[in-house]
Amino acid sequence: MTVQMQIDRRANRPAVYDRLSNEQLRESLRRMHLIRQFEEGAEQAYMRGLIHGTMHLSIGQEASAVGVCVALGAADKITSTHRGHGHCIGKGADPKRMFAEFFGKETGYCRGRGGSMHIADPSQGNLGANGIVGGGLPIAVGAALAIRQQKRDDVVVCFFGDGASNEGAFHEALNMAALWTLPVVFVCENNQYGMSTSTARSMSVPNVADRAVAYNIPARIVDGNDFAAVAEAAFEATDRGRGGLGPSLIECKTYRIRGHSRSDRNRYRSKDEIDAWSRRDPIVRLEAELVGLGILAEADLAAIRQQVETEIEEGIAFAQESPPPAIADLLRDVTSEQP
Amino acid sequence: MDRPVRELSYAQALQEAMAQAMEADERVFLMGEDIGVYGGAFQVTGDLVERFGEARVIDTPIAELGAAGVAVGAALCGQRPVFEFQFSDFATLAMEQIVNQAAKMRYMLGGAVSVPLVMRFPAGSGTGAAAQHSQSLEAWFAHVPGLKVVQPSTPHDAKGLLLSAIDDPDPVMIFEHKLLYKMKGPVPEEAYRVPIGKADIRRKGRDLTIVATAIMVHRALDAAAILAEEGIDVEVIDLRCLRPLDRDTLVESVSRTTRLLCVYEGVRTLGIGAEISAMIAESEAFDRLDAPIGRLGGAECPLPYNPEMEKAAVPQIPDIVAMARRLVRGTV
Repeated sequence: MTVQMQIDRRANRPAVYDRLSNEQLRESLRRMHLIRQFEEGAEQAYMRGLIHGTMHLSIGQEASAVGVCVALGAADKITSTHRGHGHCIGKGADPKRMFAEFFGKETGYCRGRGGSMHIADPSQGNLGANGIVGGGLPIAVGAALAIRQQKRDDVVVCFFGDGASNEGAFHEALNMAALWTLPVVFVCENNQYGMSTSTARSMSVPNVADRAVAYNIPARIVDGNDFAAVAEAAFEATDRGRGGLGPSLIECKTYRIRGHSRSDRNRYRSKDEIDAWSRRDPIVRLEAELVGLGILAEADLAAIRQQVETEIEEGIAFAQESPPPAIADLLRDVTSEQP
Repeated sequence: MDRPVRELSYAQALQEAMAQAMEADERVFLMGEDIGVYGGAFQVTGDLVERFGEARVIDTPIAELGAAGVAVGAALCGQRPVFEFQFSDFATLAMEQIVNQAAKMRYMLGGAVSVPLVMRFPAGSGTGAAAQHSQSLEAWFAHVPGLKVVQPSTPHDAKGLLLSAIDDPDPVMIFEHKLLYKMKGPVPEEAYRVPIGKADIRRKGRDLTIVATAIMVHRALDAAAILAEEGIDVEVIDLRCLRPLDRDTLVESVSRTTRLLCVYEGVRTLGIGAEISAMIAESEAFDRLDAPIGRLGGAECPLPYNPEMEKAAVPQIPDIVAMARRLVRGTV
């Protein structure tokens, strides 16, 4: 390698990578693959009739989940959405127990009671996905209030979608977070559609970030398919929160390649649009970047993919082999008193 | 000789419960609209902000949904919020967080979390506040598994049930009838608990069981005194808790008296009386019944402003007396 090439590589290295070890970057790429393959595995299992109900896939949005979570420690909290598999894996969830939940098994994160839309892992700071659009926004503010009352310097990341910014809960939550200077990072994954309704047809402003101005919250718009851009914004926002400077908002412009849920016939968008976004695949881009910077070699990429593939296969096998919950436990955990 | 137990108003009893809970446990804090320097719309929090500071007696914006969610989030993360709704009617704005989030969190997550949250709701009619500030919506909440719903009728129970609610790992909704806030009664000074889920037989009787809630307990007791002069011996049960329901006490009582009258302020149809009636009809007490089950509840209309109409819209003492006579004697 020539001296000139080394200089170029250093010059192109995103500043935020100074805060991340090469091992963390490798792990971030691995988690993005894990999310992608987890969802592809879940989708196939659904089509084979192994999973019932519904699910909302985030394929194409992996950089925002992992780029944000890379700035978090184990004590930091997240609240998630109905499209939350990526956030779970980003925050360190075990795909085995996630698959087990999808399969409705007792070994799942919710012992088979929650399914795709309610996966949580409080032990890792994941307060849960949410089946209600906007449901997690005020809960995140409450979690941040608890952090303040407990005199800790953790932060709460509140993932939400563009659609949630039209809910009253969004506006009430942002107002209180700013009013009380709480350590919340509001992360909007703007994938441009609330089910079939585009942001242009549902929002009075072009960007979700525009709405933060009304609450005196600093906001940034980033390319949500660019891991480094997301991570840089996430570190900046979490630094602010930990430093007692209050909430921030990050709007990740991104796109879900799959439909809204299993019932989607994709009548509201064009194949050209989907293809154009597929060419901006966040995983392909991060792989190219890490190889270009000399952080990973092609052989590493193959090894990561292979390792993830094995982990997914093992996860599905674990889920299939796990016992279902006992029907006799139907009324268990409704309240703290067990029947 | 025992010192007479001092008397407090219902509002003072609630305030004392909150103060004692905050003194004993730093995780406990209060939040709601105008509960700080204003002291709360009904002066229940009073001067607690002076004693505990604004960090633990938090005035929220007028944002019931958001603030309810803040309480849920804080409870999930180990705090013990006590959330005051200014009027129970405003719970309609926060139903999402109460019903979809607080009530279901433990179950949905397979028991991995609990939501130790208390919500206080000033409820009921009689203040001339008309249709949007006078409702009795407690049965709505009692229909939701995961919530506990209590309705204290005396200063003693207000304090004891609120302290139990704050201790409880699950979300507890307390419905406080506005006309009771100034009622005085004996309240011990220590931080005692009244168990959630236990009804209280307020008057023993042989001829008829009246199951009543909130202010209707007092109207039922007054009616029982009138009926006693006519030779009708009424048992009055203060339900105290709508969920969980104290089945055993009710079934035992009705089996003994052989007659049941339910008196509640919420709209009569599909109200708590409907559930109690059905429960008795399904129980071993059914075979003992000597009369049809009676129900007195709120009229099938929004609460009107005119004071005479407002009174006519909810059960009054003469209504209870008349219905009791009919059930016991078969005639008014």
